[in-house]
Amino acid sequence: MSMPSVTRATPASRAALFIGLVVLVVLALGPYWAGRADMRLMSEIFLYLALACIWNLMAGYAGLVSVGQQAFVGFGGYMLFALTIFGGLHPVPAIIVGGFLAAALSIPIATLIFRLKGAYFAIGTWVVAEVFRLSFAQIQSLGGGSGSSLPVAIVKEIGAKKATREANSYWLALGAAVIVLLAVYFFLRSRRGLALTAIRDSEVAASGLGIDIWRTKLEVYVIASAFTAIIGGLIFLQKLRISPDAAFSVNDWTAFVIFIVVIGGIGTLEGPIIGTLVFFALRETLADFGTFYLMVLGLVAIVVMLKAPKGLWGLVRDRFDLELFPLSYRVRFPKDEEGS
Amino acid sequence: MSDALLSINSLDAFYDDFQALYDIDMSLELGEVIAIIGANGAGKSTLMRSISGLLRNESGQIAFKGASIGSKRADQVAYMGIALVPEGRQLFPSLSVEENLLLGGTVGRSGPWSLKRIYELFPVLSDRRNQPSTSLSGGQQQMAAIGRALMSNPELILFDEISLGLAPIVIKGIYEALPNIVGEGMTAMIVEQDISKALEVSSRVYCLQEGRVSLTGKVGEVSREDITAAYFGVAA
Amino acid sequence: MIEWVNSIVQGILLGGLYALFAAGLSLIFGVMRLVNIAHGDLIILAAYMGLTTIVMLGVHPFVALLIVIPLMAGFGYVLQRGLLNQTLGDDILPPLLVTFGLSVIIQNALLEIYTADPQKLNGGLIETASIPVGGLAIGILPLVTFAIAIVVIAGLQWVFYATAIGRGFRAVSDNQDIAQLMGLNKAHVYGLAMALALGVVAIAGILLGMRTSFDPSIGAGRLIFGFEAVIIGGLGNLWGTLAGGVILGVAQTIGAKIDPGWQLLAGHIAFLVVLALRPNGLFPRVEH
Repeated sequence: MSMPSVTRATPASRAALFIGLVVLVVLALGPYWAGRADMRLMSEIFLYLALACIWNLMAGYAGLVSVGQQAFVGFGGYMLFALTIFGGLHPVPAIIVGGFLAAALSIPIATLIFRLKGAYFAIGTWVVAEVFRLSFAQIQSLGGGSGSSLPVAIVKEIGAKKATREANSYWLALGAAVIVLLAVYFFLRSRRGLALTAIRDSEVAASGLGIDIWRTKLEVYVIASAFTAIIGGLIFLQKLRISPDAAFSVNDWTAFVIFIVVIGGIGTLEGPIIGTLVFFALRETLADFGTFYLMVLGLVAIVVMLKAPKGLWGLVRDRFDLELFPLSYRVRFPKDEEGS
Repeated sequence: MSDALLSINSLDAFYDDFQALYDIDMSLELGEVIAIIGANGAGKSTLMRSISGLLRNESGQIAFKGASIGSKRADQVAYMGIALVPEGRQLFPSLSVEENLLLGGTVGRSGPWSLKRIYELFPVLSDRRNQPSTSLSGGQQQMAAIGRALMSNPELILFDEISLGLAPIVIKGIYEALPNIVGEGMTAMIVEQDISKALEVSSRVYCLQEGRVSLTGKVGEVSREDITAAYFGVAA
Repeated sequence: MIEWVNSIVQGILLGGLYALFAAGLSLIFGVMRLVNIAHGDLIILAAYMGLTTIVMLGVHPFVALLIVIPLMAGFGYVLQRGLLNQTLGDDILPPLLVTFGLSVIIQNALLEIYTADPQKLNGGLIETASIPVGGLAIGILPLVTFAIAIVVIAGLQWVFYATAIGRGFRAVSDNQDIAQLMGLNKAHVYGLAMALALGVVAIAGILLGMRTSFDPSIGAGRLIFGFEAVIIGGLGNLWGTLAGGVILGVAQTIGAKIDPGWQLLAGHIAFLVVLALRPNGLFPRVEH
C-alpha cells in the first residue's frame, strides 16, 4: 500500500506529451492552413531543430564539441545532387543513401580526429569540413566552386505541381525533425544513452564501470554524422541550389546551431526546442540589422554561457523542477506519506 | 588575544554544501610553535587551506597581525607573510629545483632567508639546483618545498603533513632542521597525523575531530590519554 | 626543377607567417589550456588596426607595429581578466563557446566598421624587392617575415625559460593553487600570457596584411593554419611550431604548384597525414 514507486513520468511530462501531440497534429496540417512563406520558415525551423538536437547529443552528452558539422550538412546536400543527377535515384532515397554514406565516411574520420582532445577536437572537425569544402569545389561535374542547381525533372519527382512539392518538402522536414527528436530521446533512454550520461558525468568512473568510452563516442559520432547528412539533404532539397560555400558554411550550419543549443540549454532535450524558437524569433525581428544582429547573437551566447550555463531551459527547470522529456527516474511516494 | 599573531574566530568552512569546519577558535602568539593533530578527515587540511587563502571564508573569521584575512586570496595572504608547505610537497614539475625556490621568493619580502641560506640549510639542494624538481627523492622534495616556503620570508609558516609518505630516517632529518627554522623567531603551525613528532617541537597543541576543536592545551600539560580520546573520539 | 625548388623555398618562408599564427595559440594553450577560437579573428583585427594606424598617421606598417603591438597586448590583458578568466575550469565548453561567440562578434564588428572590401597594408618597396640566390628570386618581405618569426619564437622561448614571468607561466600551468600560494595571482598571470600572445598576434596580423589582401571573413582560415602548425609541430614545443608552420607552408606551395585549387587542400592533407602517423606531432615536447 505504502510502497514507493519508481517512475520516469511526471505530471508535467504527461501534459507535455499531450500538448506535443496536439502541436504535432496542428503542424502536420500546416499545408492546409499556412501560407507559402510561413511553410518555408517552418520547414527551416524544423531542420534547424533537428541539427540542434544532433549537435546537443554530441556536445551536451557525448562531450564531442564539433564546430565542423557543416561537413556533413554539405556532404548530405551534395549527395542529394550527385545521386539524383548521376545515379538516377528519386530524391528521398538519395537523401537516405547520403546518410548511410556519411555514416561510412565518418568512421575513418573519427579514427583520425578522436586523437585530438577537447577543444583541439573541435578545430579538427573544422579542418575536416574545410577538406570537404575544398574537395567538392574541385568536382567540376557538380559545378566546381560555383555550384549547380537541381534539374527541373528531379525537382518534379517531389511533386508535379508547385503546391504539392511544397507540401511534400514541408512534411519531409517536419518528419525528419520528429524522427531525430524521438531518436535522440530513445537513444538517451537506452542502455547506451545511460552510458553516455555516465561518461559525461565522469569519464573516469564510467570507464571503471566497464563502459567503452571510445566506442560509445564513435557510435554517437557516426549516428550524428548520418542524421546531419540527411538533414543536409533536406535543406538543399528546399534550396534547390548548392555551392561549396553555401553547403559548408560554418556560420549557417554550425555557429547558429551552437547558439540555439547554448541559449536553450545544453545537455537537455528541451533546450534545443526552446533555443530554436528563441533563435528564430530573434532572427525574424533583428535580421534586418545584418551584422549587428549577428553581434547580438554572439553577445547573447557569451552572456548565457557565463551567467546561465544551463541555458534558458536550465533556468526554468531549476525554478519549477520540470522535465518535459522524462529521462531521469523519480522515486514517488504514495499520497498518504507525502509531507510526513 | 590582543597581541596574537594569528587569531581564528568562530571559523566555519564549507566545500559547496559540505561543512568541514565548525566554530573553530584558535590563536597563535608571535614566535610560538603549535601542533594541530587529528585523524584523517578531521579538518586539518581545510584549516590550512582556510588560513592560507586557498579556501575563502568570511572576512573576520581569520585575523593576521590584526587585519582580517578570511576572505583574501591566497596570493594576497602570501604577501602579508603567511607561507604554506603543502601536503604532498607539490613542487612544480616544469621547474628546476632552483626555479622552485626562486618562485617561492615571488612576494619579495625581506628577511633572513635567501637562496644562499636555504642551500646552507639543505646542502643537497645546492648540488641539485639545476635538476628538474621531479628528479629529487621524496625527502629532498620535502626540503625543497620547505625551502620554497621560506624564500618568501614569512612571519607564519604552516607545515601540512610534512612527514607523510617519507621514511622515518628522512622524517628525522627534516624535524632536526626545524629548530633552525623556527629559531629565527618564526611562528609555525605544524599539522601532523604523527602525534609524537609534532609534539616534540611544539609548545601547544590543538586536536581536531570531525571539524571541531576537541582538545587544546600546553604540550606538557595534556596527557597522552586526553589526546588519544580527543583524536579518536573515544574514551581511552 | 628550379620551379620546384622555388616552391619549396617560398613554402618555407610562408611557414614563418604560419608559425606566427601558431605561436600565440600554442602559448595560451600551454599556460592555461585555453583554445581560443577567436584567435584568427584577432589576427585580422590586428591587421585592421594596422590599416587605421597607417592611414591616420601615414606611417609604414613596420612603424605601425609600435602602436598595434601595445594596443593588442593591452586588449589581450583586459579580455583575459574581464572575460576569459571566467570561463576557465574543468569544463571545456565555456571557453570554447565564449571564444566562438567572440569570434562572431569581432568578425561582424569589423564588417560593420570596415565593410567586406578587401584591404591591404602598403609596405612599399619591400613588397616587391627580392634578392637573387642561385637562379631564384627570394622576396625580401617573406624573408623578413621568416626572420621575424625566428626572433619572436626565440624571444618567447627566452621569456618562458629565463625570466620570472616565464617561471610564473610554467608554475601556474603546473598547479594553479600552489602557484597562488607563492603569491602569484593567476588571474593576472593569465592576463599577462594573453597580452603576450596578442602581442605576437599583432605582429602576425601586420605581416599578413602586407603579404596579402584581407577582409573580415578570413580569420577562421588563419586560426586553422595556426592550429595545424601547432599540431604538426607537437603541442607545447615552440620551435616545433615553427617546423610545423614550415611543413604546412611547403605542402601548400607544392599543392599550388600542382594545381592552384590544391593549395589549401594540400596543407590540410599534410596535417591529416601527420595526425594519422604521429598523433603527438613531429616534435612533441620532451619532459625535462
